[in-house]
Formats: sequence, structure tokens, C-alpha cells
Amino acid sequence: MIEVRDLVKRYGDHLAVDHLSFRVEKGQIYGFLGPNGAGKTTTMNIMTGYIGPTEGEVIINGHNILDEPEEAKRSIGYLPELPPLYTDMTPREYLNFAAELKSLDPGELEESVQKVMKLTKIDDVQDRLIKNLSKGYRQRVGLAQAILGMPEILILDEPTVGLDPKQILEIRELIRSLSKEHTIILSSHILSEVSEVCDRVLIIHHGRLIATGSPGELERQLKGTTIELTVKSDDIAAVQKLFESVEGAGRVTCTPAGAENEISVAVDPKDNLDLREALFRACAKADCPLLMMRPSGVSLESIFLELTSDRAAPGEPGENSTEAEVEDDGTKDGDDE
Amino acid sequence: MKAVYKRELASYFNSMIGYVYIFIVLIFIALMFTLNNMIASYSNSAQQTGGYPYFAGALSSSIIILVFAVPILTMKSIADERRLKTDQMLLTYPVKVSSVITGKYFAMVTVYAIPLLISCLCPLVISWITAGGGSFLIDYSTILAMIFLGGLFVAIGMFISSLTESQVIAAVVTMGIFLLMFFWSGLVGYIPESSTATFVGFMIILAAILLILHHLAHSTTLTAIVGAVGGAGLIALYILDKAILNGLLKKFLGLFSITDSIGNFASYYVFDLKGLLLFASVAALFVFLTVQSVQKRRWS
Repeated sequence: MIEVRDLVKRYGDHLAVDHLSFRVEKGQIYGFLGPNGAGKTTTMNIMTGYIGPTEGEVIINGHNILDEPEEAKRSIGYLPELPPLYTDMTPREYLNFAAELKSLDPGELEESVQKVMKLTKIDDVQDRLIKNLSKGYRQRVGLAQAILGMPEILILDEPTVGLDPKQILEIRELIRSLSKEHTIILSSHILSEVSEVCDRVLIIHHGRLIATGSPGELERQLKGTTIELTVKSDDIAAVQKLFESVEGAGRVTCTPAGAENEISVAVDPKDNLDLREALFRACAKADCPLLMMRPSGVSLESIFLELTSDRAAPGEPGENSTEAEVEDDGTKDGDDE
Repeated sequence: MKAVYKRELASYFNSMIGYVYIFIVLIFIALMFTLNNMIASYSNSAQQTGGYPYFAGALSSSIIILVFAVPILTMKSIADERRLKTDQMLLTYPVKVSSVITGKYFAMVTVYAIPLLISCLCPLVISWITAGGGSFLIDYSTILAMIFLGGLFVAIGMFISSLTESQVIAAVVTMGIFLLMFFWSGLVGYIPESSTATFVGFMIILAAILLILHHLAHSTTLTAIVGAVGGAGLIALYILDKAILNGLLKKFLGLFSITDSIGNFASYYVFDLKGLLLFASVAALFVFLTVQSVQKRRWS
């Protein structure tokens, strides 16, 4: 378990990490999401003890990373943004070196190295110099050194960056399979990756945590789902009136659809209500044929863009809802814009 | 420490650097050996068969090549780790920074010592040619002293390498420092001995210390206190008892003419234990400073 308390990192006048606090529970995959320069890498570097924080502390399994660095680091495997590879070695030599540094039992050393090479599928290049390996293989060698010795916590900084689509799938698959025995924290600015792989997402912007939750929760909670409908009618004003009269409906936008006598409607619900049934009954009552109804695709992407756009600057209305940490139990923190 | 030592040692021989270093130093020592001990004939020497019967002289003439070769050995030690981000591995693994640094240090000292160990053959050659002439004691203790000197050079080079990300800057600065050390005792000879000159000299040294202190500690109060105390002490000494200051600067700076002790071994045939201890302790100081420098980077 990792606990990060009130972490601050200043570089001169620049505040890279701004009072960041979170907890990472055992056995889950956490995703750090944020645009470039959000403070993801800095946070990871502090968590692994590579750099020191200006303020705050990091507790790894009860060990403070500054006071008991060796105990704390023993349970961490870290893949930095750029894999820290000695290019004049072969993957096998490199991993043997890593195993010795991690002071693995000499008897099991060879076996552990073989095991991680199999897991990361680098055993076919194990005797080639790392400098002659492709980016994808290097990334995998980096991953292999992180999981070597099977530390409880894996911290992976953009593990799939620079890989081709097939390799990305393989690495994701590997990360998912590792999550059975490890707590994994990975950072990414690729949204689909985070929403696909992670159990929980921490969105970071300007060094601050602006939202946490599972991808699904974030989608549900941070934005009331807009419902799109298509109805058969030729009177836009009447349709507008009809939907505005539905209880719980917020803003209603009607536009003529492509086909004749069809009108597209988008209804924003108030307070995250599920309006689908009410909308159906309203249509039925008004004898207005309902051709199509679907929740509009609110993806993690739109949440991300909304949260991290500078439009949502501190102090603006609507910011409260996003700044507040969304709790696990699903505190409704509706965002009515 | 063992793992880092092994890896570092291997890295010198995976690249050209290790071989180039050994080759250059060995060639130079061989040249000095040939000129001093094989060809040159000294009329005052007891044996007339070859050259000078002591290898020690050839060794002390070889120091100048170390001034240029050791920086090549040490320039990449820490600077390159930082540039290639491999320090991220060393610093996030469950190992102490001090054991990483000492591992690297001893690996470099090992590479440094290889040509000297090979040169251990030379006294045997002299002994064979002169049929038992020469002195193993003098020659081998000078080789030992040279290894200690290397320990100091490597520590300084490693420290400089920890201050920068650029190998070139590390190498040039290290060479400059070694050259200064090499010519130090000669330079110290030119320092005036008058008490006024000594006073001015110490003031300049104090100013330099204050500058470094302020840069490291970022504390104006501390710098002001040290400056006030040091300055007041010097002025008081200058006013009250000029005679004490006479020649003191020269004596003080003379303490740093570190390569002198090689001369003690090679020219005066004195086993200068004090000199060896000085090499070892200054080397230890620089290894310690390297650890601090690496640690400090993490907090900036």
C-alpha cells in the first residue's frame, strides 16, 4: 500500500507538484492521467525515491521512502519514462546485474532472470547488445528489470509510449496479468489505455489531483449523461416545449435532422437523473413517434479534456465539483454547467 | 557494491576506454623505462651495463601521462549515468548511494592500477640485466605509492564527473586540476613571503571559501558569520603580530603539494607513510563528496 501525503515539489518558482495526496490500495491498477507537464513523472520520481520532495511524505508499506529508503525501495519496481538501460550490455547481463543490485538470492537469481525474460518475451534477444535492440524491445527490457524479483508495487511511467500497436496490446496484456499479484501504478496521457487497463484513475493537472474514481464512475459522476433522441415531427417549437416540460430535464436543444420530418433532440438531465423512461413516456403521451434514443457517448476523453482545459481555471463555477475528490462510495457531485 | 564494481569494470572493457587507457599509460611507462633504465648511461651509477638501476625514477616521470589519462577514465563515471538516466535505476534500487559510488570508485582504481601492475615486471628486468642490481624495495614501494596517487586522482576525477552531465567538461576540468597539482610545488615557490603578501593571500582564500560556502549553503547569515570571524582574526593577527604571518602562506599552500611524496619515494628513497595516508584520506574525502554531490542533486 502506498500513501502519499501532501506532496509538494518546487523547481525554483515553478510548482511541479502542488499538495498532492492519495492512497493506493493493494492489488489494483491505478492510472495517472494528465497532460504533458502535469507532474506525473515528478510524482513517480518522488514516490520511488529518485528525487526528494520539497514538502510532504511518501509511505510505502509503512516505510517512509526518505527515512527507510532500502526497505521501501525493496517493494517497488520502477520503469522510468526512459528505460534506464546500460546499452553496452546484453539483456541477460543487464538483468543479472539488476538482480544482484536487488540482492536476490544467488541460488534463484538465474531462474528469476529467465522467468522475467519469458514474461516480457525478450528471451529471443537475450544475448544481443541492448544498443542494437529496437525501441519496443528496450521498453520490454526496462519492464523486465522493474518486475524482476516480483516486487509488490510496480510503478510504470508511460509503459507503452513509442511502441507499435501490436506491442502496446502485448504490454497491456502483460500489465493486466501482472495485476493479479502486484499493485500497479501507471501513467499515461493516452486515455483509451487508462480506461481499458486501470481499475482506478487519478487525473492530475498542474500538479494537483483533480479527480479520482474508476473510469466508469468518472464518466457517470462527472458529467450528467446527455441523451440524444430523434423524433418524428415537423414542429420544432412543439418538440422543444414537450421535452422542456419533462421533469428533470435541463437544457434541450432541437435541430432538424437530415431526413424529412425528423428532429434531433439533445436533453441534458438535471442532477444526474436517469431521464430515459420519463422521456419515453412524454413522447408516448404526446403521440410523438420516438425513432431513436441513446445516451451520448461521454468518454473519459471528454472528461479529461474538460478537467484539464484551462477554461476550468480555479474559481470558476463548476470547478468545485471537479476539484473535490470523488469518493469511492459515489458521492454525487453533479456538474451542472 | 560488488555488483556495481563488476558492471563498471566490465563496461571499461566493453568499450574502448579501458584498453585505450591501459595502452597509452603502458606505452609511456615503457618509454620512460627504456630511456631511463635501458639506454641512458649514468656515469655515477654503480652498474655500467645499462641505464639507471632504479625503476622508481621512470615511474615518477610517468606522472605527467596520468594527468591526461586518468580524466579519460573518470570523465564518464557519474556524468554519463545522469545523461543516460541510468542513475534512475541505481537510485531507485534498494542499495545505498555510498555503495554504488564506492563500487564505481574501486572499479576505476582497478583499471587505473592495471598498467602499474604490469610494470611490476620492470624491476625484475633490471635485476636480471644488472645481475641482482637495483632495489626491489624502492621500486615496488614507488609502484605502491603510484597506486595510492591514482586512488586520489580517480577520486577527484569522479567528484568532478558528478558535478556535470557533460563528459567533456568533466575531462577538461579534471585535467586542469591535475595539472595544477602537478606544478603546485613549483608554483608555491613563487609565492612572496612578506607578511603583507601573506595577509592579502589569506584574505583572497577566505573570500573564495565564503563564495563556495554561500553557494552550497544558501545562508547569508552563516556566510556573514564565517566571513566576520575569519576576517577579524586575520586583521587582528596582521596588526598585533606581523612576524607570525611571515612565510605562513607559503607553508600553508605547500601542504597541498601532494605529488611531492612520490618524489620522496622515487628520489630520496624514503617510504613516506605520511604521504600515503594523505593520498588515502584526501581520496576518501572526495569519494565522500561525490556521494554528497549525488545526494544533493536529488534535492535541487
